[in-house]
Amino acid sequence: MSAPRNGTTTAPARPGTFAAILRVYPYAKVAMPRVYLGMVSALVAGLVALLIPQVLARLVDGPLQDGDSSRIWGPVAIVLGLGVLEAAMIWLRRWFVLQPGTHIEARMRNGLYAQLQDLPVTFHDRWPSGQLLSRAMSDLNIIRRWISFGLVLLVVHLLMIVVGFAFLISINWMLGLLFVVCSVPLWIYGYVFEQKYSIVSRRSQDQSGDLATAVEESVHGIRVLKAFGRGKYALKNFASQAEDLRGTEIEKARAIAGIWLWLLLVPDVTFALCLLGGVWLAADGQLSVGELVAFFATATVLRFPVESIGYLLSMTFDARTAADRFFEVMDEENTITDPADPKTIASPRGRLVFEGAHFRYPDSPATHTDLLDGIDLELEPGETMALVGLTGSGKSTLTALTTRLYDVTAGAVILDGVDIRDLTRFDLRRHIAMAFEDATLFSASVRDNVLLGRPEGTDEDLAEALDIAQAAFVHQLPNGVDTMVGEEGMSLSGGQRQRLALARAVAAKPDVLVLDDPLSALDVDTEALVEAALRRVLASTTALIVAHRPSTVMLADRVALLENGRVTAVGRHSELLRTNDHYRFVISSLEDDDPPADVAEVPDDIPDDITDARRGVTS
Amino acid sequence: MSVLGVEGEERNDFSPEESRQIRQRSIRLLGSLLSPTRARLILTMCVVVISTAAQVAGPALIAIGIDRGLPAIVDEGNGTPLALVVVAYLLTGVIGAVLIAWYTVLAARISQGILIDLRKRVFLHTQKLSLEFHESYTSGRIIARQTSDLDAIRELLDSGINQLVQGLLYMVFIGIALFSLDWVSGLVLMVFLVPLGVLTRWFQVRSQRVFRETRVASARLIVHFVETMTGIRAVKAFRKEKRNAADFAGYVEGYRDSNSRVIALFGTFDPVLVLIGNVALGVVLLVGGLRVADGGLQIGVLLATLLYTRQFFAPAQEMAMFYNSYQSAAAALEKISGVLEEQPSVPDPTRPIDLWNAKGRVRFDGVEFAYRSDRVILPRFDLDIPAGQVIALVGSTGAGKSTLAKLMSRFYDPSSGAVSLDGLDLRMLHPKDLRRAVVMVTQEAYLFSGTVSENIALGKPEATRDEIVAAARAVGAHDFITSLPGGYDTDVNKRGGRVSAGQRQLISFARAFLADPVVLILDEATASLDIPSERLVQEGLTTLLADRTAVIIAHRLSTVAIADRVLVMEHGTIVEDGTPADLIAGTGRFSQLHAAWRDSLV
Ligand SMILES: Nc1ncnc2c1ncn2[C@@H]1O[C@H](COP(=O)(O)OP(=O)(O)O)[C@@H](O)[C@H]1O
Ligand SMILES: Nc1ncnc2c1ncn2[C@@H]1O[C@H](COP(=O)(O)OP(=O)(O)O)[C@@H](O)[C@H]1O
Ligand SMILES: [Mg+2]
Ligand SMILES: [Mg+2]
Repeated sequence: MSAPRNGTTTAPARPGTFAAILRVYPYAKVAMPRVYLGMVSALVAGLVALLIPQVLARLVDGPLQDGDSSRIWGPVAIVLGLGVLEAAMIWLRRWFVLQPGTHIEARMRNGLYAQLQDLPVTFHDRWPSGQLLSRAMSDLNIIRRWISFGLVLLVVHLLMIVVGFAFLISINWMLGLLFVVCSVPLWIYGYVFEQKYSIVSRRSQDQSGDLATAVEESVHGIRVLKAFGRGKYALKNFASQAEDLRGTEIEKARAIAGIWLWLLLVPDVTFALCLLGGVWLAADGQLSVGELVAFFATATVLRFPVESIGYLLSMTFDARTAADRFFEVMDEENTITDPADPKTIASPRGRLVFEGAHFRYPDSPATHTDLLDGIDLELEPGETMALVGLTGSGKSTLTALTTRLYDVTAGAVILDGVDIRDLTRFDLRRHIAMAFEDATLFSASVRDNVLLGRPEGTDEDLAEALDIAQAAFVHQLPNGVDTMVGEEGMSLSGGQRQRLALARAVAAKPDVLVLDDPLSALDVDTEALVEAALRRVLASTTALIVAHRPSTVMLADRVALLENGRVTAVGRHSELLRTNDHYRFVISSLEDDDPPADVAEVPDDIPDDITDARRGVTS
Repeated sequence: MSVLGVEGEERNDFSPEESRQIRQRSIRLLGSLLSPTRARLILTMCVVVISTAAQVAGPALIAIGIDRGLPAIVDEGNGTPLALVVVAYLLTGVIGAVLIAWYTVLAARISQGILIDLRKRVFLHTQKLSLEFHESYTSGRIIARQTSDLDAIRELLDSGINQLVQGLLYMVFIGIALFSLDWVSGLVLMVFLVPLGVLTRWFQVRSQRVFRETRVASARLIVHFVETMTGIRAVKAFRKEKRNAADFAGYVEGYRDSNSRVIALFGTFDPVLVLIGNVALGVVLLVGGLRVADGGLQIGVLLATLLYTRQFFAPAQEMAMFYNSYQSAAAALEKISGVLEEQPSVPDPTRPIDLWNAKGRVRFDGVEFAYRSDRVILPRFDLDIPAGQVIALVGSTGAGKSTLAKLMSRFYDPSSGAVSLDGLDLRMLHPKDLRRAVVMVTQEAYLFSGTVSENIALGKPEATRDEIVAAARAVGAHDFITSLPGGYDTDVNKRGGRVSAGQRQLISFARAFLADPVVLILDEATASLDIPSERLVQEGLTTLLADRTAVIIAHRLSTVAIADRVLVMEHGTIVEDGTPADLIAGTGRFSQLHAAWRDSLV
């Protein structure tokens, strides 16, 4: 299933509305008894409302006709009693459906969230975040309202209409039949309406999702928009999306207006015809005045259910759309799952091996070779390996393979003799901790952020990790390590965030540390301090460190050079610097006083090399 | 405590005075939203009035049909009165139905017009608000305002107006019809307005609190959700799923419970309303029935009064539903009006000065800066950067380099003193001129979902493809872009996830290149680049910076090569200032840094 990026989805062979909504059943199952009880109460309330006209007919044809005021009290008491009963039943209905709606909604929301957390990164790469948010919020709200209101009333009102028709026919079969026949166009129109409405309903919900995405990006990218003074420009894009949504909503209103027209017109015409026929029949003596009164009173009671059908139908179709959108995410196959029969590593030592590991992104064109085209690399326990390569050569991708953020498309990654796909993800990620290129902090205290990978960690663990990452600045924060950081907390500079992210990886005390360009935002002094401290940790921990700078490379025992999707050289820094041209090209700095001859000529004879390496492919 | 702006957004214990303040700002906002659609609103009202009148006529016509049409046929064999009544009934029916259908579309136009207006206002306003605001308010809350709060308002506008206007009119018209048919029944009904009023008041008081809770609960949910999805890699890598799920379940529960409270409240209101209506029905029946038995009232009229009584309370229910959506929308409007009330701490000038051809001389005069009043980040300093000078700004992390850059590009205003461009205080410049003249590129190269070329074109929206390609070439991004599946038209996915971190930086560089400002600020903009790419960028920079003022912040001191002047910052103070050659030759901080950096190279 593809991400509905532009709010366009072509659903081949759309299942019926009923089948689509029925899929919500598993979430609703435990709550259904209450829903049924709610329906029963509503039905009783409806029937009670229909009984009142019957009492009226008896009253009109009896005491009122005779002018016997003493016999009026009885029927009036019955009407009052029925009235109280109706109110009680409505109260019961509300009480019964109170829980199911909100509970089903909550269950579905938690389910969606769990699924989203479980789905692989490739899924998140592909799906605009606003689309996920709109599913989690507005779609589930729609479903809640439908369950606790729409569903119950739809069923009950349809039943009431049937029973009401029966009452009408029993009062006078000719008039009743007239009423039934006249309602036929409504059913036909209801069907046409479904066809029209479902399409716009879907489009509108997709477009709201896109709009949410636009809002999110405009806030997350606020610095860029401000830096270039593009607030108005962003508004233009946003406004045009909002205009699209407005168009769809108006189209939706048109569809609703269409069904409204019929739902009002048909009963009115029917009423007029019945008035004509009824009075005629009464004049003819075939119908008593009381029956005439009962007929119209009953028909009036039925008006609300009939009129509400339009609203309830559109609600139902909206709910169906919402269910479709919900299940699009729930149906998404998780390609990175735990094995059925997970292995464990008895005594972890931290030996990490890439064996002919291949990887390509799902959207990479068939003409391109794999981004990682057979990686063979062995990290011995305790060894620190630097990974060097040009921008775009696939270093970050390679690091993501170690914790199964992506799975290899061929070959294997092996930790202490076990294919990492044979471990549970939880277990694997306990063994391997990462620091990402962009340091993400969560809205939580410094402590919780750093101890994220080791929630049971002590104050000593925290202090040690902060010390290694040279993150002493946290003690100057208003509440020290209890200061809230992340989006909802203090703003930190890039270098500060990066050090906390590094501290987090270190604090997890993993068997293997994977650090993606961990020092890029640090100044030379701090970098040197961090490096010195890291050395202590790295002495005993296996580590894979993506590096752009010679200084970082120096941390490593060996360096692996990533080139055209393969590790083309592994060795010590000084050794590679001497023997490998590409390595020298990648790592050696502009200001080198004494550049090797071939590097000096870079701009002329290396471009092909750069091109290929940036592309991360071999042609 | 203040309730201005978004402060007190999560509170629910307002004093009467505060409540009034909040209500007033919501009403002001509502008024300003409604006023542009006034003409259409009036038209809509007319449509509703006529259609409701047509609908209300129904029972009266039935009464006339029974009381006049029937005797006419029976006694005189005259079918004309009945025929007239039927035709009248048909007519009112058709008019009513057509008008209501028309109304539905009209109302949608109005409500969508208002919504789009509000959406744009909130959008533009949040864009105007300063970084300071964004840094504490969080993106999730703004998203909540723009999504779930706007949904609440949409609901009100979609069905609410209908419910209110129709409900009110219905009650008025039915009252009139009832009084003119039979004033006794009319009076009886009026008596029941009292319990109705009491009930409504009760609901009003109780629901306001609960609806506020719902808005806060849903915003919390959204904030957490957005944060998880934004940081999904870290969530996975650090096994935060279970803990997240527990937190999220807590928020879900909070939201569920506040929703339940709303529904429960309405679940009491609705049946009590029906009860009042039904008791009224019984009483009207009794009073009417007794008089019919006496011969004082016609049966048709009794039927009509009964039908009217029943219909009288049906709209009361509608109005209760209106009230429901109204309260929900009012709570949402409170939050939105709070955001709109926030004043940017870096405001646009009221009478901006135009600056067409900026030369690029930047001065800091007696500038002092603190993010929070209790901690000064940049103590008072002066700095003069002549037009065309390229400055390398170095210093350890946390020294205040980025802060200085943010002052220069007016992300923040100094706490005291002034930053000026060509002698003009930045605070006086037209934002458009300022942004054209000064551009800052940061380490977090944010890309928007959309194509590579759209992302580059952000620097100059009217740029041609050739210009975009030229900019990409200039920073050495062209090669990798053309190798992407769709070249310049490749979608970079959300946050530019489709390309690597270094590639993102190259694209954002190209963006700045295309914008062609006189003052360019690069804040660690090359940190994620490999050395060869950085070299290419620097080559590009040498041409780009030829006649521009530039401040380059970088830890890799290779930048120094293209700088005319080096500033070294420590703890918010500029401790060294000189040409690279002089400083390197000296014995100060910079020469140490430089030596350390040289050592780190091989
Ligand atoms: N989520 C993704 N989907 C598709 N392609 C991607 C994705 N992430 C990265 N790429 C591509 O894969 C290549 C390698 O990226 P990356 O591993 O981030 O490189 P780096 O070596 O700079 O860390 C780049 O050319 C990039 O365009
Ligand atoms: N938005 C902010 N709010 C409060 N303090 C901040 C903010 N941004 C930065 N700081 C603080 O200001 C100081 C200087 O930060 P910054 O200018 O980013 O340093 P540099 O760029 O030199 O690394 C740091 O101590 C940092 O914690
Ligand atoms: Mg990378
Ligand atoms: Mg900085």
